Amino acid sequence: MAALYEGYTLCGLVPDQNLSSSGIQGIEEERDSDHVVVTDSTRSVTLYKVSDQKLLGSWTVKQGQTLTCSAVFNSQTKEYVVVSDNKVIRIWKEEDILLDKAFKATVSSDIWMVHCVRGGEPVVLFKRGAVRLLDSLLAAPQQPIEEVLNQEETIRWSNIIVAETQQFVIFTTEQKGDHFLYLQRLNPNTLQRYRLEREEPGVSSLSFSASYRDKHIHLLYLYPNGHVYQSVVSVQGLAVEEGAQALPLPRSLLLGLPVGDGLLEAASAMVLDEAHVAVVGVPHPSAGAGKDFLCIWNTNFQTLQAGKEMAGKIYGQLWSFSNKLFIPHGKTLSIIPFECPKSSLASALGKLRQAKTEESKAPASVPSWNNILHGEKAQPSRTVETRKTRTTRKTQSTPSVTIDQVLDLIKTAPVEEVQKEVEGFLSRADLQDLQPSVGQLASTLMSRSLNDPAFYSPSTLAQLVHTQCLCHSVCPDLVLLALEKKDYFLCQLCLQFFPDIPEAVTCACLKAFISVPDVDAEKARLEPDSISFMETLISRDRGQVGVQNGFSPTSCEEDCSDNVSGHQTRTEAKEKTSAPPEQICPVGLHKAVLLNEILQTAYSDTFLLPHLKDLSSQHVVLFLQYLQFLYLKYSQDDSLQMHGCRSPSLAQVMDWVCLLLDAHFTVLVMTPEAKGLLLNLHSFVRSQVRLVSELGKIESSLQELKKIKVKNDVGQYSIEVIELF
Amino acid sequence: MCMQRLMEFREVIPGRDGRAVEALCWVGQRLFSAGLNGEITEYDLENLKPQYVIEAYGGPIWTISCNNQGTHLAVGCEDGTVKLFEILKEKIQFQRNLDRQKSRIISLSWHPSGARIAAGMMDMIRIFDTETGRATHRLLVERGVGASKSREVVVWSIAFLSNNTIVSGDSAGKVQIWDGLMGTLVRTHLVTKWDVLALAVSQDESSLIAGTSEGTIVQFQFLSSTMDRQDRDHEWVRTRTFKNHSHDVKALALTDTAVVSGGMDTQLVVHPLLDKVEKNTQEAAQRKIAFPHRSLVGCAKKAGLLLFQFPDHLELWRLGESDGNGKPGDSLTVKRKPEKLLQLKRKGEDHICCSALSPCGGWLVYSTVSSVRLYKLQHNNNISVNKVSKLPKELRSVHQLCFSADSSKLFASSSQSSVVVVALNQLECKYLQTLRHKSDSRQPIHLLSPSDDGKWLAAANTDCQIHVYNLHKMKLHCSVPVYSSCPTAVAIHPTTNNLISVHADQQIFEFSLQQKEYTEWSRKLQKQGLHGLWLKRDTPVTSVGFNPKNPTHIILNDTFMFCIIDQSLPLPESSTILYNQMTLRSLPAPERTRQSHAFKICKNFQHVLSMSLLDDLSLVVVERPLLDVMAQLPPPVRQKKFAT
Repeated sequence: MAALYEGYTLCGLVPDQNLSSSGIQGIEEERDSDHVVVTDSTRSVTLYKVSDQKLLGSWTVKQGQTLTCSAVFNSQTKEYVVVSDNKVIRIWKEEDILLDKAFKATVSSDIWMVHCVRGGEPVVLFKRGAVRLLDSLLAAPQQPIEEVLNQEETIRWSNIIVAETQQFVIFTTEQKGDHFLYLQRLNPNTLQRYRLEREEPGVSSLSFSASYRDKHIHLLYLYPNGHVYQSVVSVQGLAVEEGAQALPLPRSLLLGLPVGDGLLEAASAMVLDEAHVAVVGVPHPSAGAGKDFLCIWNTNFQTLQAGKEMAGKIYGQLWSFSNKLFIPHGKTLSIIPFECPKSSLASALGKLRQAKTEESKAPASVPSWNNILHGEKAQPSRTVETRKTRTTRKTQSTPSVTIDQVLDLIKTAPVEEVQKEVEGFLSRADLQDLQPSVGQLASTLMSRSLNDPAFYSPSTLAQLVHTQCLCHSVCPDLVLLALEKKDYFLCQLCLQFFPDIPEAVTCACLKAFISVPDVDAEKARLEPDSISFMETLISRDRGQVGVQNGFSPTSCEEDCSDNVSGHQTRTEAKEKTSAPPEQICPVGLHKAVLLNEILQTAYSDTFLLPHLKDLSSQHVVLFLQYLQFLYLKYSQDDSLQMHGCRSPSLAQVMDWVCLLLDAHFTVLVMTPEAKGLLLNLHSFVRSQVRLVSELGKIESSLQELKKIKVKNDVGQYSIEVIELF
Repeated sequence: MCMQRLMEFREVIPGRDGRAVEALCWVGQRLFSAGLNGEITEYDLENLKPQYVIEAYGGPIWTISCNNQGTHLAVGCEDGTVKLFEILKEKIQFQRNLDRQKSRIISLSWHPSGARIAAGMMDMIRIFDTETGRATHRLLVERGVGASKSREVVVWSIAFLSNNTIVSGDSAGKVQIWDGLMGTLVRTHLVTKWDVLALAVSQDESSLIAGTSEGTIVQFQFLSSTMDRQDRDHEWVRTRTFKNHSHDVKALALTDTAVVSGGMDTQLVVHPLLDKVEKNTQEAAQRKIAFPHRSLVGCAKKAGLLLFQFPDHLELWRLGESDGNGKPGDSLTVKRKPEKLLQLKRKGEDHICCSALSPCGGWLVYSTVSSVRLYKLQHNNNISVNKVSKLPKELRSVHQLCFSADSSKLFASSSQSSVVVVALNQLECKYLQTLRHKSDSRQPIHLLSPSDDGKWLAAANTDCQIHVYNLHKMKLHCSVPVYSSCPTAVAIHPTTNNLISVHADQQIFEFSLQQKEYTEWSRKLQKQGLHGLWLKRDTPVTSVGFNPKNPTHIILNDTFMFCIIDQSLPLPESSTILYNQMTLRSLPAPERTRQSHAFKICKNFQHVLSMSLLDDLSLVVVERPLLDVMAQLPPPVRQKKFAT
């Protein structure tokens, strides 16, 4: 689950008098993610090292001049580029002390913004919509700049996006309440214009955020009424026709944020990854009407993942560089580290705290002397420490290993050691803190096992599954791996504890279980509870035969014999009196236990049905025989169902019978050995139908009873008309 | 037949403030009661009032019991004495005190021989020798366990059997069997967590029942534990449990075929013992008697007024009105709400025993055992009440009151089965005549019914006799042949002058006053017999009325239904459906006429206290929901049930 960590201050702010703007014009990444260039709204550009909260350099233009766009860093030339007074481009290096002595070039038209991606060339976007590469512009600064936008059209927001090798300048404009999106491709240059759908009249979007993934540019925009829309523009089909014709841009509502009373004023939404959006200036849904919150929302599940109250006024500005959010509020610019691990439904619903995957290691936010002196590896970062190892610290006296160490160990160490360490780790931490790390451990173990066929640690995995902190979506390969390794105990545990096993996997398990030879199955160590249930079921002799649930086995036999011709009947009847075949469990004890586990997993029949069709007819017949056996046992004695806490219910058995028949009916009809079985099942159905029809007969009288009961209360005094015939 | 007799409701002896009856005792045909006021009362059953009262001088009396020989009464008093009274022909006389004990005497039981008495007290049972008056045995009763250990145990009920076994029921929930000769405890049955309040033993002493404050009744039987041997090892075995009451079971009787129980929940329940009766007969049905089968509601048919009789006051209500149109099944909007016109508190300490309202609504009369009060009501804008001051002395002790149809005469059933007729006019009230019949029955008249034309008056008494008087000649016209079952409602038809009588066994008779014989219809009904379901009803018909628009219609009601008998239609065969209104409703009109029979029964109402047909042809039904009665009772002992 996404999380916001403890923040810290990068610098103070000098907001203007009425607190309408933060005083920051823009923040751009410098040489790496730890360095940023902050441009204030008046005259100065400042370079910071983020992790040290340290100012590395500052440049100021003369009194009377103002910076009109945020400074960018050209990583190719190690130069900074900024624009002052709309038309003067200034370029300088870190060594330059005075900005006035740096390179200056005056262009012929007002510049809106200079954009630069890392490793790319700066791009200049003019206020009238034209785009030039900085180099080509500086070659002839006074070159004429064309007017792309209409007369009353003004740019609201712009950004640059790299899609594979292509760079796109993307900007939105407003013209008399209409909003347009321009997508300018560089090399070769093409321009596409889209019209954004109108929200309520008089409402224009508060913020835009663009991201590129899967060959599409995703534009996210927030309206004051709390609606967050997403529009998707394909990068490939672009640039077929050029012209003023604005294509309508379809949008989809991604989130409806709670706005409390009134509209949002200063707010901003920013894409963090495909599923997460950071929102600032919007009330927290469970914290009243205050709007000074920073929240992370999951857009897939529409759930709030993390929230943080920011002291002071929110200006609706938000930047994000490498897992850090930069947010000006009050009189400070704060940096909030965050993480958005890949989410599963279980974690989104709070069922399971999602483990961090390896690459999204918690950001090292604040340097510690340890880090600097002994290198990064030796100690966990402070954020991790605050959140996770607080409990381990209690037992600091014993030489304890951290999660990171265990993870490293798993990658290389032999099975026994891994087993020992994981066990030790699990025994130390309490369950609440354990949840994120269990997922991490499991996925690391899985990847090791998958890569290294010799490595497999069943007991460790079983232990992890037993914590009940895992689910299938955290480690999707676990069940299949267990099947591959013929680790039926682990399979049973997974089926028992994972709430979200897909039908395909369930079916794979079923196939594996049903085809495993009984001899192999008996070798497996299985859960004792489930075994004891099956034992009582099998051992229970056919002593008491009663009519349960409208079905009596004796009448079933009579029904069966009705269907076959006279001579056969007699011989069959004889056989039945000696040992009725459907009373003997058709599969071995352990196999039955495993099949029971399948019966109890959750499924949706539409998804299960196609996979069930893959079963061979022998397997289907065997499974049906087993289900029939269960049904007969249950219908004889329904106390069986209450006996164990985990046993398939009669309804589950019936559902599976129906499913199997649905999936394989035509095949079964053709299979000669299935004939007796089908006849038996037919008689079940007939007895059930008979029961239902009997119930149907009395239904109307029961309805009458119901009607009589609701005869309305006439109260203390009433005058009624009664007709007698 | 025995059951049938049990079911017949006879009469009410009205009570009196401050005279709560704690215990009752029959001595042959004489009835005695004792109460916490310390008095013993014998009742005059002919005139339904106390005959005399004797102070026992022992403080509150808890129990009264007479010996099998009918010669002596014993009472148990608060001061710890058991007092013996000799029963004389006209009265009782104090004879002696038995040994005085330290605590109050709660229960008493005579040994059938009359030589010994067992007395239940606090924490113990004493056995007295009646000859010497000495206490011979002291049986200590164990207290309850737990918190009730500190509370002394009350022996609420005791029974002394002829084989010298003593059975006791106490407040710790035990039924204990004692050996009365040795004074030893034989057996303890823990029956309930609360009190065992009442015990009753069958005539042959083979069975006994115990009533508890949970409302359950537990039966014990004297059975042999082994099948073969006789008598030696018989013991009392707990056999059955009945639960017919929601509150305390205060009184019990065990007949040959049934358990009769009365409880705090105001109900008298007859529960047949199914091993003693034939199945699917009338006797096999359980019966609950919730209401007194007598009219507590008066109705002024012309004025649309209702009079409700309570023990200590009367209420007069004007009926509400609607605009009078609606489809069958509709509930009409009440245009004018019913209005309480008057609440009249009775004078004196005696409870009201009967009351009546004249059809015009101008007269109101009520009676206690000691006096009759007549009021003139004047309805102007508001109602004014004037007591008629001088009443004739003949109107003193009455059982039933009734006005003539034109409100000019008041009939009152008086002592020795006589009817006093009083004429009423604006100014005064004048004694006219006392009507007497010729038979020697002295039983009180409980039903009075004048004819609409003012010529006839029918009077029924509890000896099952119905006499018809000619009011013009002021003398007996005829007597209806006596039927074995007591009439519960009688009425004279306004046009044909036939007398309709309905009896406790649900039979209906029509008697022609002109011909002085049963009518053709009545003979046909008797010949064909009433429908089985009609006879199975267990509440008696309490009113008979007629439809002035259609002389063939007779309107009857009991507690759970009302019925219009159409004499022009065929009587229902035993195979036809008696309650056929639902079927008829669904049939088309021509089919309906073919299917319908004489009994048109409507079961829309429950717990009907009274029903009367007003002159504007609307029917007034007064319901008294049992739930309302229950709601006023003290809460029963609360038992924890699962998940409550």
